[in-house]
Amino acid sequence: MTQDTKINRRGFYAQAIFALNAVIGAALAIPTLVYLLVPGKSKRKGDLIDAGDVSQLTPGVPVEMKFQQSRVDGWRVLTERRTAWVVKNTDNQITAFGPQCTHLGCAYHWDDQPKQFVCPCHTSLFSISGKVLAGPAPRSLDRYVAEVRNGRLMLGELRQAEQSSSAAMPASLAPCKREDLA
Amino acid sequence: MKSRLAGFVAALDDRTGIPSGIRHFMGEEIPASSGWPQVFGSVALFMILVQFFTGILLAFNYAPTPGQSYESLRYILTEVTGGRLMRGLHHWGASMVIIIVVLHMVQVFIWGAYKRPREATWIAGVILLLLTLAYGLTGYLLPWDNRAYWGTVVTTQIGASVPGAGPWVSRLLGSAGEIGVVTFARFYALHVLVLPPITLLLMFFHVYLVRRHGVAPAPDDELKPKQKFYPKQVFRDTLAIFVAFAILFTLAVMAHVPLERMADPTDTTYVPRPEWYFLFLFQSLKLFEGPMELVGTVILPTLAILALIATPFIDRGRLVRVRQRLLAIGIVVLAGIGWGGLTAAAVQSTPSQTLAGSIDFSGPVQWMQLRPPELAGLHYFKAQKCGECHDLTAGGAGKPGPLLAETLRRHDHEWLLKHVGDPRSSGIASSLSGAQLSDLAAATLAMTAENGDLVATTPAFASEGAVIYQRNNCGACHIVNGAGGKIGPTLNGLASRRSEAWATEHFVNPQKLSPGTPMPPYPLKPKEMQALVSWLFTLPEKPGI
Repeated sequence: MTQDTKINRRGFYAQAIFALNAVIGAALAIPTLVYLLVPGKSKRKGDLIDAGDVSQLTPGVPVEMKFQQSRVDGWRVLTERRTAWVVKNTDNQITAFGPQCTHLGCAYHWDDQPKQFVCPCHTSLFSISGKVLAGPAPRSLDRYVAEVRNGRLMLGELRQAEQSSSAAMPASLAPCKREDLA
Repeated sequence: MKSRLAGFVAALDDRTGIPSGIRHFMGEEIPASSGWPQVFGSVALFMILVQFFTGILLAFNYAPTPGQSYESLRYILTEVTGGRLMRGLHHWGASMVIIIVVLHMVQVFIWGAYKRPREATWIAGVILLLLTLAYGLTGYLLPWDNRAYWGTVVTTQIGASVPGAGPWVSRLLGSAGEIGVVTFARFYALHVLVLPPITLLLMFFHVYLVRRHGVAPAPDDELKPKQKFYPKQVFRDTLAIFVAFAILFTLAVMAHVPLERMADPTDTTYVPRPEWYFLFLFQSLKLFEGPMELVGTVILPTLAILALIATPFIDRGRLVRVRQRLLAIGIVVLAGIGWGGLTAAAVQSTPSQTLAGSIDFSGPVQWMQLRPPELAGLHYFKAQKCGECHDLTAGGAGKPGPLLAETLRRHDHEWLLKHVGDPRSSGIASSLSGAQLSDLAAATLAMTAENGDLVATTPAFASEGAVIYQRNNCGACHIVNGAGGKIGPTLNGLASRRSEAWATEHFVNPQKLSPGTPMPPYPLKPKEMQALVSWLFTLPEKPGI
């Protein structure tokens, strides 16, 4: 065997070892990344939830409605109690607000005099349409995706309203996100 | 560029010594006779590391408590992307580790590589073999399905039968009473906390000893020049590892690992079977009965382990050529025949699963929630080949009929009844009766975009069983999944109250088993009876769960 062929064989072994290890590495790494990073298919999609009867609501008077929603948490299905402030507008449109102030997540309530939502924590005030009237709240009240079927209120996920420019606040004080409820 | 890399390596070597350590490791001198037979140690090491890796990944999506563990494994199998592959790798990897460790051991045994001064290397290897078996035993319980539960019942009872130590073994494994949360926690802790560090340490010690004493030489190796570990032997090892991994990967992709129903301690009909590599032990127990049972469960296995450990002290002869080690080869061949015979006998005597027991829960099982008319309707849906014209949702190749998911939003039961009953619109030359058409319509309405694979995933026996249920109008008196009359008992949960044999006899002669019952006898044909009873025994304990 000449020196050259000996070097060539050594080169072949080195390349073969590298290539085989690369294939094994890829066959482990790619499934691992897929397993850890690609979201799975959840067959139990959250549909709209029946929150109750809204045919008897008086226009202009918000009502606090409590209902149960099942939520998929990994391999479990949890049933949670949820709350919505439901308003029937004068044109019979129904709006359902999330139950927490958009400032720091306190539970607000409806004051009949003057007609507005009041947050007890930092006295944010919201109009009946959810707009910020006063206080530190950065944006209008969050709204549920809502639909009325046969007089029953069907609610979906909770969505944030647009950030209102009038009540700007530093990002560090931004409200806690409500995504965990959605 | 190259000099920069060399500079980096030199600097790294200066700080850590890692590059020269690797060079030293790779440059080790090995006997001229070393070659392909010596690859198994590296392959075993690699496969055990793969088990660590896939085990950790499974733990990322696994809840280690009874019940939840089953649900989380189902979640891994049905919802997590790539979850089925990971479980497959870990499941088949366990078997591969055992096979390769045994092959490694057989090679060392035949070559006589355990001889002085390599006794400690051999004993560490025997302990590593026992550890891999311990992984198998403890891991077997973790899916918490019927197979896991009942297999572990047998294992723990064998442990409890050890004279003297039995009660202590039971207490240690948390199986003194029934197998429950404590047993599960112990098995899990052993599997993931206790065994891995011990394995790592022992493997390190084992490899260290191999390095210390060098790879065992053949008789005339002293006369030949030594070779280096790198590159030739490293190449052989790598290629062997690659082949083993390719086999494992193929198994994980192609060979389906079923998941049985969740562990049910009240299931009296379940015939437990251990994993295949324990089948020979399981079978050998049948040779010993009564007070002799201890011989099979404890004495023989203990003797076998002791004999393995004693091997290097018994065979202290001079190193001879492999071809002259006829006794060693003979022992391996005899052990292989004995193992193969016992395993084959065990496989042959394994009774086939009942239909209800053979359902695979690693796939979708929404069909179990269906009411009898819907389930029976699925039978007609299949029999009338509705799927040839209709897809449920878009995605497949276009079919002539409209997508069911869209059509169904606009139509109701009555419209469907007209559609499937009219040959001009449905194309069904209808031989179905009104009641059967109604079932077909109910089945179609039960389909949603989420359970679109109902037609494919429903086992034939279940829909056939429901057809017989509907034909005999059982729903007039009984409730199944929330639908039916209240005269008779609800049939959900029948499986935990009665045996299949009892139910079969009850159909034929209700008065005999439940005197005074208003239920008339139903002398069904054997095949119909089997389908009906099997389906009733798959009903969920409570509908909606």
